[in-house]
Amino acid sequence: MILPVLVLALIVATFGTLLVYGASLVGPKKKKTAAKYMPYECGLPGQENKKTNVSIRFYLTAILFIMFDIEILFLYPWAVVYREFVDKGQGAFLFWELFVFIGLFVFGLMWEIKAKALEWD
Amino acid sequence: MGSDVFEITVNVVKMLLIFLLMVQLVPILVWVERRGSAFIQNRFGPNRVGPLGLTQLLADAVKFLFKEEFVPPSSHALLYYAAPVLALVPGAIAFGGIPLSMPIEIQPFDMFGSHWGPYTFKFQSYDLNIGILFILAISSLGAYALLLAGWGSNNKYSLFGALRASAQMVSYELAMGLSLVGLLMLYQTLNFSQMIELQKGPLHFYFFGRELVVPFLPNWGIFYQPLGFLLFATAAFAETNRLPFDLPEAEGELVAGYHTEYGGLKMLMFYIGEYGHMMVASAVMTTFYFGGYELPFHLSDSLTTAVRGAFTSYNMGNVMAAMALFLVFLLKVLFFLWVFIWVRWTLPRFRYDQLMDLGWKTMLPWALANVLITAFLILVGGGGVL
Repeated sequence: MILPVLVLALIVATFGTLLVYGASLVGPKKKKTAAKYMPYECGLPGQENKKTNVSIRFYLTAILFIMFDIEILFLYPWAVVYREFVDKGQGAFLFWELFVFIGLFVFGLMWEIKAKALEWD
Repeated sequence: MGSDVFEITVNVVKMLLIFLLMVQLVPILVWVERRGSAFIQNRFGPNRVGPLGLTQLLADAVKFLFKEEFVPPSSHALLYYAAPVLALVPGAIAFGGIPLSMPIEIQPFDMFGSHWGPYTFKFQSYDLNIGILFILAISSLGAYALLLAGWGSNNKYSLFGALRASAQMVSYELAMGLSLVGLLMLYQTLNFSQMIELQKGPLHFYFFGRELVVPFLPNWGIFYQPLGFLLFATAAFAETNRLPFDLPEAEGELVAGYHTEYGGLKMLMFYIGEYGHMMVASAVMTTFYFGGYELPFHLSDSLTTAVRGAFTSYNMGNVMAAMALFLVFLLKVLFFLWVFIWVRWTLPRFRYDQLMDLGWKTMLPWALANVLITAFLILVGGGGVL
Protein backbone atom coordinates (compact mmCIF):
# COMPACT_ATOMS: atom_id res chain seq x y z
CA MET A 1 0.00 0.00 0.00
CA ILE A 2 2.77 2.43 0.96
CA LEU A 3 5.14 1.22 -1.79
CA PRO A 4 3.85 3.57 -4.55
CA VAL A 5 4.30 6.53 -2.18
CA LEU A 6 7.92 5.59 -1.57
CA VAL A 7 8.51 5.07 -5.29
CA LEU A 8 7.10 8.50 -6.08
CA ALA A 9 9.15 10.09 -3.27
CA LEU A 10 12.27 8.49 -4.73
CA ILE A 11 11.42 9.68 -8.25
CA VAL A 12 10.83 13.25 -7.10
CA ALA A 13 13.94 13.35 -4.92
CA THR A 14 16.04 12.04 -7.82
CA PHE A 15 14.50 14.62 -10.15
CA GLY A 16 15.31 17.41 -7.69
CA THR A 17 18.85 16.22 -7.05
CA LEU A 18 19.52 15.95 -10.78
CA LEU A 19 18.23 19.50 -11.32
CA VAL A 20 20.48 20.94 -8.59
CA TYR A 21 23.48 18.92 -9.74
CA GLY A 22 22.86 19.65 -13.43
CA ALA A 23 22.59 23.38 -12.84
CA SER A 24 25.88 23.35 -10.96
CA LEU A 25 27.52 21.73 -14.01
CA VAL A 26 26.14 24.08 -16.69
CA GLY A 27 26.41 27.33 -14.77
CA PRO A 28 29.36 29.66 -15.36
CA LYS A 29 32.29 29.43 -12.98
CA LYS A 30 33.28 32.88 -11.74
CA LYS A 31 35.95 34.27 -9.50
CA LYS A 32 35.34 34.23 -5.79
CA THR A 33 35.35 37.71 -4.33
CA ALA A 34 35.15 38.58 -0.66
CA ALA A 35 32.00 40.67 -1.09
CA LYS A 36 30.16 37.95 -2.98
CA TYR A 37 30.85 35.37 -0.34
CA MET A 38 29.57 37.41 2.59
CA PRO A 39 26.16 36.55 3.99
CA TYR A 40 23.54 38.79 2.41
CA GLU A 41 23.10 42.19 3.98
CA CYS A 42 21.30 45.31 2.77
CA GLY A 43 24.11 47.69 1.88
CA LEU A 44 25.79 47.55 5.29
CA PRO A 45 29.09 45.76 5.85
CA GLY A 46 28.12 42.17 6.61
CA GLN A 47 28.30 41.04 10.18
CA GLU A 48 28.82 37.36 10.58
CA ASN A 49 27.45 36.21 13.89
CA LYS A 50 26.93 32.50 14.18
CA LYS A 51 25.05 32.80 17.45
CA THR A 52 21.88 34.65 16.53
CA ASN A 53 19.36 34.94 19.32
CA VAL A 54 15.78 34.27 18.34
CA SER A 55 12.63 34.93 20.29
CA ILE A 56 11.54 32.16 22.65
CA ARG A 57 7.98 32.68 21.36
CA PHE A 58 8.65 30.52 18.32
CA TYR A 59 9.64 27.61 20.51
CA LEU A 60 6.61 28.14 22.74
CA THR A 61 4.29 28.20 19.74
CA ALA A 62 5.73 24.90 18.55
CA ILE A 63 5.12 23.26 21.95
CA LEU A 64 1.54 24.53 22.11
CA PHE A 65 0.97 23.32 18.56
CA ILE A 66 2.08 19.77 19.36
CA MET A 67 -0.37 19.53 22.26
CA PHE A 68 -3.34 20.93 20.39
CA ASP A 69 -2.60 19.07 17.19
CA ILE A 70 -2.63 15.72 18.95
CA GLU A 71 -6.00 16.60 20.45
CA ILE A 72 -7.36 17.46 17.00
CA LEU A 73 -6.02 14.22 15.59
CA PHE A 74 -8.16 12.33 18.12
CA LEU A 75 -11.23 14.00 16.65
CA TYR A 76 -10.75 12.39 13.22
CA PRO A 77 -11.67 8.78 14.07
CA TRP A 78 -14.46 10.16 16.27
CA ALA A 79 -15.87 12.21 13.37
CA VAL A 80 -15.84 9.26 10.98
CA VAL A 81 -17.88 6.95 13.23
CA TYR A 82 -20.15 9.62 14.78
CA ARG A 83 -23.13 9.22 12.43
CA GLU A 84 -23.08 5.46 12.73
CA PHE A 85 -23.67 5.88 16.45
CA VAL A 86 -26.34 8.54 15.87
CA ASP A 87 -28.19 6.16 13.54
CA LYS A 88 -28.00 3.44 16.20
CA GLY A 89 -29.42 5.84 18.82
CA GLN A 90 -26.22 6.19 20.84
CA GLY A 91 -25.43 9.63 19.45
CA ALA A 92 -26.09 11.52 22.68
CA PHE A 93 -23.30 9.67 24.47
CA LEU A 94 -20.82 10.48 21.71
CA PHE A 95 -21.97 14.07 21.58
CA TRP A 96 -21.35 14.58 25.32
CA GLU A 97 -17.98 12.93 24.94
CA LEU A 98 -17.17 15.54 22.30
CA PHE A 99 -18.54 18.27 24.53
CA VAL A 100 -16.24 17.31 27.39
CA PHE A 101 -13.30 16.92 25.01
CA ILE A 102 -13.80 20.31 23.41
CA GLY A 103 -14.47 21.78 26.86
CA LEU A 104 -11.00 20.67 27.96
CA PHE A 105 -9.58 22.00 24.71
CA VAL A 106 -11.23 25.38 25.20
CA PHE A 107 -10.09 25.44 28.84
CA GLY A 108 -6.51 24.94 27.70
CA LEU A 109 -6.85 27.64 25.09
CA MET A 110 -8.37 30.08 27.58
CA TRP A 111 -5.58 29.37 30.03
CA GLU A 112 -3.00 30.04 27.34
CA ILE A 113 -4.61 33.35 26.44
CA LYS A 114 -4.82 34.27 30.12
CA ALA A 115 -1.17 33.33 30.66
CA LYS A 116 -0.29 35.57 27.68
CA ALA A 117 1.40 32.66 25.95
CA LEU A 118 -0.03 33.82 22.64
CA GLU A 119 1.01 37.47 22.89
CA TRP A 120 3.48 38.79 20.32
CA ASP A 121 5.15 42.11 20.80
CA MET B 1 1.49 -1.69 -7.70
CA GLY B 2 -0.03 -4.22 -10.03
CA SER B 3 -0.25 -7.91 -10.81
CA ASP B 4 1.47 -8.07 -14.20
CA VAL B 5 3.93 -6.14 -16.39
CA PHE B 6 1.28 -4.07 -18.16
CA GLU B 7 -0.40 -2.91 -14.97
CA ILE B 8 2.89 -2.02 -13.25
CA THR B 9 4.09 -0.11 -16.32
CA VAL B 10 0.87 1.85 -16.59
CA ASN B 11 0.91 2.68 -12.87
CA VAL B 12 4.49 3.95 -12.93
CA VAL B 13 3.95 5.95 -16.12
CA LYS B 14 0.78 7.41 -14.63
CA MET B 15 2.69 8.43 -11.53
CA LEU B 16 5.35 10.15 -13.62
CA LEU B 17 2.77 11.91 -15.78
CA ILE B 18 0.88 13.27 -12.76
CA PHE B 19 4.15 14.56 -11.28
CA LEU B 20 5.15 16.14 -14.60
CA LEU B 21 1.71 17.68 -14.94
CA MET B 22 2.28 19.34 -11.59
CA VAL B 23 5.73 20.60 -12.55
CA GLN B 24 4.50 21.79 -15.93
CA LEU B 25 1.63 23.73 -14.43
CA VAL B 26 4.12 25.89 -12.50
CA PRO B 27 5.50 27.96 -15.42
CA ILE B 28 1.95 28.44 -16.69
CA LEU B 29 0.86 29.63 -13.26
CA VAL B 30 3.84 31.97 -13.03
CA TRP B 31 2.78 33.42 -16.38
CA VAL B 32 -0.83 33.72 -15.21
CA GLU B 33 0.34 35.35 -12.01
CA ARG B 34 2.49 37.92 -13.81
CA ARG B 35 -0.06 38.68 -16.51
CA GLY B 36 -2.90 38.60 -14.00
CA SER B 37 -1.18 40.99 -11.62
CA ALA B 38 -0.47 43.29 -14.56
CA PHE B 39 -4.14 43.11 -15.55
CA ILE B 40 -5.27 43.88 -12.00
CA GLN B 41 -2.82 46.77 -11.64
CA ASN B 42 -3.51 48.18 -15.11
CA ARG B 43 -0.07 47.32 -16.51
CA PHE B 44 1.03 45.20 -19.47
CA GLY B 45 3.13 42.53 -17.77
CA PRO B 46 5.56 40.37 -19.75
CA ASN B 47 4.41 40.71 -23.37
CA ARG B 48 7.63 40.79 -25.45
CA VAL B 49 8.80 37.17 -25.66
CA GLY B 50 6.45 35.23 -27.92
CA PRO B 51 2.69 35.67 -28.30
CA LEU B 52 1.23 37.26 -25.14
CA GLY B 53 4.59 36.75 -23.47
CA LEU B 54 3.95 33.02 -23.28
CA THR B 55 7.50 31.96 -24.07
CA GLN B 56 8.78 34.24 -21.32
CA LEU B 57 8.63 31.19 -19.06
CA LEU B 58 10.94 29.27 -21.36
CA ALA B 59 13.41 32.13 -21.41
CA ASP B 60 13.23 32.35 -17.62
CA ALA B 61 13.84 28.61 -17.19
CA VAL B 62 16.91 28.74 -19.44
CA LYS B 63 18.21 31.77 -17.54
CA PHE B 64 17.70 29.97 -14.22
CA LEU B 65 19.58 26.95 -15.51
CA PHE B 66 22.62 28.94 -16.62
CA LYS B 67 23.05 30.94 -13.44
CA GLU B 68 26.29 30.79 -11.54
CA GLU B 69 26.45 28.09 -8.90
CA PHE B 70 26.70 29.77 -5.52
CA VAL B 71 27.01 28.42 -1.99
CA PRO B 72 27.62 30.81 0.87
CA PRO B 73 30.80 29.59 2.60
CA SER B 74 29.28 30.07 6.05
CA SER B 75 26.35 27.77 5.23
CA HIS B 76 25.86 24.13 6.16
CA ALA B 77 26.32 22.76 2.65
CA LEU B 78 24.30 19.57 3.07
CA LEU B 79 21.27 21.32 4.54
CA TYR B 80 21.63 24.14 2.02
CA TYR B 81 21.43 21.68 -0.88
CA ALA B 82 18.85 19.37 0.68
CA ALA B 83 16.29 22.13 1.28
CA PRO B 84 15.25 22.83 -2.35
CA VAL B 85 14.97 19.10 -3.08
CA LEU B 86 12.89 18.63 0.05
CA ALA B 87 10.65 21.53 -0.97
CA LEU B 88 9.59 19.54 -4.04
CA VAL B 89 8.81 16.24 -2.38
CA PRO B 90 5.83 16.86 0.00
CA GLY B 91 3.72 18.70 -2.57
CA ALA B 92 4.31 16.06 -5.22
CA ILE B 93 3.54 13.12 -2.91
CA ALA B 94 0.43 14.78 -1.52
CA PHE B 95 -0.88 15.58 -5.00
CA GLY B 96 -0.53 11.93 -5.98
CA GLY B 97 -3.16 10.93 -3.43
CA ILE B 98 -5.97 13.00 -4.91
CA PRO B 99 -8.26 11.41 -7.53
CA LEU B 100 -8.11 13.53 -10.69
CA SER B 101 -10.85 11.67 -12.55
CA MET B 102 -13.00 8.55 -12.42
CA PRO B 103 -11.35 5.11 -12.48
CA ILE B 104 -10.83 3.65 -15.96
CA GLU B 105 -12.13 0.16 -16.59
CA ILE B 106 -10.24 -1.76 -19.25
CA GLN B 107 -11.74 -4.89 -20.79
CA PRO B 108 -9.47 -7.81 -21.76
CA PHE B 109 -7.53 -7.18 -24.98
CA ASP B 110 -4.75 -8.73 -27.07
CA MET B 111 -1.37 -7.07 -27.47
CA PHE B 112 2.16 -8.33 -28.32
CA GLY B 113 0.76 -11.80 -28.94
CA SER B 114 -0.60 -12.33 -25.45
CA HIS B 115 -3.84 -11.74 -23.61
CA TRP B 116 -4.14 -8.89 -21.08
CA GLY B 117 -6.75 -7.73 -18.66
CA PRO B 118 -9.21 -6.92 -17.32
CA TYR B 119 -7.92 -3.95 -15.35
CA THR B 120 -9.22 -1.00 -13.36
CA PHE B 121 -6.87 1.95 -13.30
CA LYS B 122 -7.39 4.70 -10.75
CA PHE B 123 -6.81 8.19 -12.12
CA GLN B 124 -4.36 9.03 -9.30
CA SER B 125 -0.92 7.87 -8.27
CA TYR B 126 -2.22 5.85 -5.32
CA ASP B 127 -5.59 5.47 -3.63
CA LEU B 128 -5.06 5.44 0.12
CA ASN B 129 -8.10 4.79 2.29
CA ILE B 130 -6.89 7.42 4.79
CA GLY B 131 -6.91 10.01 1.95
CA ILE B 132 -7.20 13.35 3.68
CA LEU B 133 -5.19 12.33 6.74
CA PHE B 134 -2.30 11.38 4.47
CA ILE B 135 -2.49 14.68 2.59
CA LEU B 136 -2.54 16.74 5.79
CA ALA B 137 0.36 14.77 7.24
CA ILE B 138 2.54 14.96 4.15
CA SER B 139 1.86 18.53 3.10
CA SER B 140 2.85 19.89 6.51
CA LEU B 141 6.29 18.35 5.98
CA GLY B 142 6.82 21.34 3.69
CA ALA B 143 7.75 23.33 6.80
CA TYR B 144 10.93 21.27 7.10
CA ALA B 145 12.19 22.45 3.72
CA LEU B 146 11.79 26.09 4.74
CA LEU B 147 13.39 25.45 8.13
CA LEU B 148 16.35 23.64 6.58
CA ALA B 149 16.78 26.43 4.04
CA GLY B 150 16.73 29.08 6.76
CA TRP B 151 19.03 27.21 9.10
CA GLY B 152 21.36 25.94 6.38
CA SER B 153 21.92 29.36 4.79
CA ASN B 154 23.30 30.72 8.06
CA ASN B 155 21.99 34.21 7.39
CA LYS B 156 19.84 36.09 9.85
CA TYR B 157 17.22 37.04 7.27
CA SER B 158 16.88 33.43 6.16
CA LEU B 159 16.67 32.22 9.73
CA PHE B 160 14.00 34.72 10.72
CA GLY B 161 12.02 33.95 7.59
CA ALA B 162 12.18 30.23 8.30
CA LEU B 163 11.17 30.66 11.94
CA ARG B 164 8.25 32.85 10.98
CA ALA B 165 7.21 30.36 8.31
CA SER B 166 7.28 27.39 10.65
CA ALA B 167 5.46 29.18 13.48
CA GLN B 168 2.82 30.38 11.02
CA MET B 169 2.40 26.98 9.42
CA VAL B 170 1.95 25.14 12.71
CA SER B 171 -0.50 27.76 13.98
CA TYR B 172 -2.77 27.48 10.96
CA GLU B 173 -2.41 23.72 10.84
CA LEU B 174 -4.76 23.56 13.84
CA ALA B 175 -7.57 25.55 12.25
CA MET B 176 -7.05 23.66 8.99
CA GLY B 177 -7.37 20.27 10.62
CA LEU B 178 -10.40 21.28 12.67
CA SER B 179 -12.27 22.90 9.79
CA LEU B 180 -12.45 19.55 7.99
CA VAL B 181 -13.85 17.61 10.95
CA GLY B 182 -17.39 18.92 10.43
CA LEU B 183 -17.52 17.61 6.89
CA LEU B 184 -15.94 14.29 7.87
CA MET B 185 -18.87 13.73 10.24
CA LEU B 186 -21.22 14.02 7.25
CA TYR B 187 -19.13 11.99 4.82
CA GLN B 188 -18.21 9.27 7.34
CA THR B 189 -15.07 8.52 5.37
CA LEU B 190 -11.53 9.78 4.88
CA ASN B 191 -11.30 8.46 1.32
CA PHE B 192 -11.57 11.02 -1.50
CA SER B 193 -13.28 8.80 -4.07
CA GLN B 194 -16.09 7.97 -1.66
CA MET B 195 -16.52 11.65 -0.82
CA ILE B 196 -16.91 12.51 -4.49
CA GLU B 197 -19.43 9.70 -4.89
CA LEU B 198 -21.49 11.22 -2.04
CA GLN B 199 -21.57 14.66 -3.65
CA LYS B 200 -23.47 13.57 -6.77
CA GLY B 201 -26.96 14.80 -7.63
CA PRO B 202 -28.95 17.81 -6.38
CA LEU B 203 -28.73 18.99 -2.75
CA HIS B 204 -30.70 16.53 -0.63
CA PHE B 205 -30.53 15.66 3.06
CA TYR B 206 -32.58 14.34 5.96
CA PHE B 207 -33.66 16.74 8.65
CA PHE B 208 -35.95 15.67 11.51
CA GLY B 209 -36.83 12.54 9.58
CA ARG B 210 -37.98 14.46 6.51
CA GLU B 211 -36.12 14.40 3.22
CA LEU B 212 -35.36 17.85 1.87
CA VAL B 213 -34.42 18.35 -1.78
CA VAL B 214 -33.13 21.59 -3.27
CA PRO B 215 -33.25 20.85 -7.00
CA PHE B 216 -31.35 23.93 -8.18
CA LEU B 217 -28.22 23.37 -6.04
CA PRO B 218 -25.66 20.58 -6.43
CA ASN B 219 -25.01 18.27 -3.47
CA TRP B 220 -21.64 19.87 -2.70
CA GLY B 221 -19.91 20.03 0.66
CA ILE B 222 -19.80 23.81 0.66
CA PHE B 223 -23.58 24.00 1.16
CA TYR B 224 -23.27 21.86 4.29
CA GLN B 225 -20.19 23.55 5.72
CA PRO B 226 -19.86 27.15 4.48
CA LEU B 227 -17.99 28.24 7.62
CA GLY B 228 -15.73 25.22 7.39
CA PHE B 229 -14.86 26.13 3.81
CA LEU B 230 -14.06 29.72 4.75
CA LEU B 231 -11.76 28.56 7.55
CA PHE B 232 -10.10 25.94 5.38
CA ALA B 233 -9.50 28.37 2.52
CA THR B 234 -8.00 30.97 4.88
CA ALA B 235 -5.77 28.37 6.51
CA ALA B 236 -4.71 27.15 3.06
CA PHE B 237 -3.50 30.65 2.20
CA ALA B 238 -1.48 30.72 5.42
CA GLU B 239 -0.09 27.22 4.87
CA THR B 240 1.14 28.06 1.39
CA ASN B 241 2.67 31.34 2.61
CA ARG B 242 0.70 33.38 0.10
CA LEU B 243 -0.40 36.95 0.60
CA PRO B 244 -1.97 38.17 2.89
CA PHE B 245 0.04 35.65 4.93
CA ASP B 246 3.42 35.91 3.21
CA LEU B 247 5.31 37.11 6.29
CA PRO B 248 8.11 34.56 5.82
CA GLU B 249 9.24 36.55 2.79
CA ALA B 250 8.04 40.01 3.71
CA GLU B 251 10.53 41.84 1.55
CA GLY B 252 10.37 45.11 3.47
CA GLU B 253 11.70 43.39 6.59
CA LEU B 254 13.37 40.16 5.57
CA VAL B 255 14.75 40.72 2.03
CA ALA B 256 13.44 37.41 0.64
CA GLY B 257 12.98 35.36 3.80
CA TYR B 258 14.17 31.79 3.81
CA HIS B 259 15.44 31.85 0.21
CA THR B 260 17.56 35.00 0.54
CA GLU B 261 20.75 33.06 -0.16
CA TYR B 262 19.30 30.96 -2.97
CA GLY B 263 19.45 31.75 -6.65
CA GLY B 264 18.93 30.19 -10.03
CA LEU B 265 17.40 26.76 -10.27
CA LYS B 266 17.45 26.21 -6.51
CA MET B 267 15.15 29.17 -6.00
CA LEU B 268 12.94 27.93 -8.82
CA MET B 269 12.53 24.68 -6.91
CA PHE B 270 11.20 26.57 -3.91
CA TYR B 271 8.72 28.15 -6.30
CA ILE B 272 7.70 24.76 -7.63
CA GLY B 273 7.21 23.62 -4.03
CA GLU B 274 5.07 26.65 -3.21
CA TYR B 275 2.91 26.27 -6.31
CA GLY B 276 2.72 22.54 -5.64
CA HIS B 277 1.25 23.26 -2.24
CA MET B 278 -1.21 25.68 -3.81
CA MET B 279 -2.27 22.95 -6.22
CA VAL B 280 -2.73 20.46 -3.41
CA ALA B 281 -4.78 22.97 -1.42
CA SER B 282 -6.95 23.78 -4.46
CA ALA B 283 -7.42 20.11 -5.27
CA VAL B 284 -8.45 19.33 -1.68
CA MET B 285 -10.89 22.26 -1.69
CA THR B 286 -12.35 21.02 -4.98
CA THR B 287 -12.69 17.46 -3.73
CA PHE B 288 -14.04 18.30 -0.29
CA TYR B 289 -16.34 21.20 -1.04
CA PHE B 290 -16.99 21.32 -4.79
CA GLY B 291 -17.73 17.78 -5.91
CA GLY B 292 -14.27 16.84 -7.17
CA TYR B 293 -14.17 15.77 -10.82
CA GLU B 294 -17.96 15.41 -11.09
CA LEU B 295 -20.12 18.01 -12.81
CA PRO B 296 -23.13 19.18 -10.75
CA PHE B 297 -26.39 17.16 -10.85
CA HIS B 298 -26.08 14.21 -13.22
CA LEU B 299 -24.38 16.14 -16.03
CA SER B 300 -21.18 14.14 -15.70
CA ASP B 301 -23.11 10.95 -16.48
CA SER B 302 -24.43 12.50 -19.71
CA LEU B 303 -20.96 13.81 -20.53
CA THR B 304 -19.27 10.43 -20.11
CA THR B 305 -22.03 8.68 -22.07
CA ALA B 306 -21.63 11.18 -24.93
CA VAL B 307 -17.85 10.78 -24.99
CA ARG B 308 -18.10 6.98 -24.85
CA GLY B 309 -20.56 7.05 -27.76
CA ALA B 310 -18.05 8.90 -29.94
CA PHE B 311 -15.60 5.98 -29.82
CA THR B 312 -16.18 2.52 -31.22
CA SER B 313 -13.69 0.81 -28.90
CA TYR B 314 -15.00 0.33 -25.37
CA ASN B 315 -11.56 0.80 -23.79
CA MET B 316 -10.81 3.95 -25.77
CA GLY B 317 -14.22 5.39 -24.87
CA ASN B 318 -13.54 4.77 -21.20
CA VAL B 319 -10.14 6.46 -21.33
CA MET B 320 -11.56 9.48 -23.15
CA ALA B 321 -14.54 9.76 -20.76
CA ALA B 322 -12.08 9.84 -17.84
CA MET B 323 -10.11 12.49 -19.70
CA ALA B 324 -13.25 14.61 -20.07
CA LEU B 325 -13.89 14.45 -16.33
CA PHE B 326 -10.21 15.22 -15.72
CA LEU B 327 -10.70 18.45 -17.68
CA VAL B 328 -13.62 19.31 -15.39
CA PHE B 329 -11.39 18.74 -12.36
CA LEU B 330 -8.58 20.79 -13.89
CA LEU B 331 -10.93 23.70 -14.57
CA LYS B 332 -12.14 23.71 -10.97
CA VAL B 333 -8.57 23.57 -9.64
CA LEU B 334 -7.45 26.33 -11.99
CA PHE B 335 -10.29 28.49 -10.74
CA PHE B 336 -9.04 28.16 -7.14
CA LEU B 337 -5.48 28.80 -8.26
CA TRP B 338 -6.71 31.99 -9.90
CA VAL B 339 -8.36 32.94 -6.59
CA PHE B 340 -4.97 32.49 -4.89
CA ILE B 341 -3.42 34.89 -7.41
CA TRP B 342 -6.36 37.29 -7.29
CA VAL B 343 -6.22 37.59 -3.50
CA ARG B 344 -2.48 38.22 -3.62
CA TRP B 345 -3.02 41.42 -5.59
CA THR B 346 -6.06 42.50 -3.58
CA LEU B 347 -5.18 42.27 0.11
CA PRO B 348 -2.24 43.85 1.96
CA ARG B 349 -0.01 41.86 4.29
CA PHE B 350 -0.82 41.28 7.98
CA ARG B 351 1.39 42.31 10.87
CA TYR B 352 2.92 39.31 12.65
CA ASP B 353 0.96 39.63 15.91
CA GLN B 354 -2.27 40.09 13.91
CA LEU B 355 -1.45 36.92 12.00
CA MET B 356 -0.95 34.90 15.16
CA ASP B 357 -4.06 36.38 16.79
CA LEU B 358 -6.13 35.48 13.75
CA GLY B 359 -4.90 31.91 13.80
CA TRP B 360 -5.13 31.16 17.51
CA LYS B 361 -7.79 33.49 18.86
CA THR B 362 -10.21 33.78 15.95
CA MET B 363 -10.01 30.83 13.60
CA LEU B 364 -9.40 28.12 16.20
CA PRO B 365 -12.47 29.02 18.35
CA TRP B 366 -14.64 29.36 15.24
CA ALA B 367 -13.47 25.97 13.98
CA LEU B 368 -14.26 24.42 17.38
CA ALA B 369 -17.70 26.04 17.33
CA ASN B 370 -18.24 24.69 13.83
CA VAL B 371 -17.48 21.15 14.99
CA LEU B 372 -19.80 21.46 18.00
CA ILE B 373 -22.69 22.98 16.03
CA THR B 374 -22.41 20.38 13.27
CA ALA B 375 -22.34 17.55 15.79
CA PHE B 376 -25.37 19.01 17.57
CA LEU B 377 -27.36 19.42 14.33
CA ILE B 378 -26.58 15.85 13.29
CA LEU B 379 -27.65 14.62 16.73
CA VAL B 380 -31.00 16.40 16.82
CA GLY B 381 -31.82 16.51 13.10
CA GLY B 382 -29.97 13.54 11.65
CA GLY B 383 -28.99 15.81 8.73
CA GLY B 384 -26.28 15.06 6.25
CA VAL B 385 -25.29 13.83 2.85
CA LEU B 386 -27.34 10.81 1.88
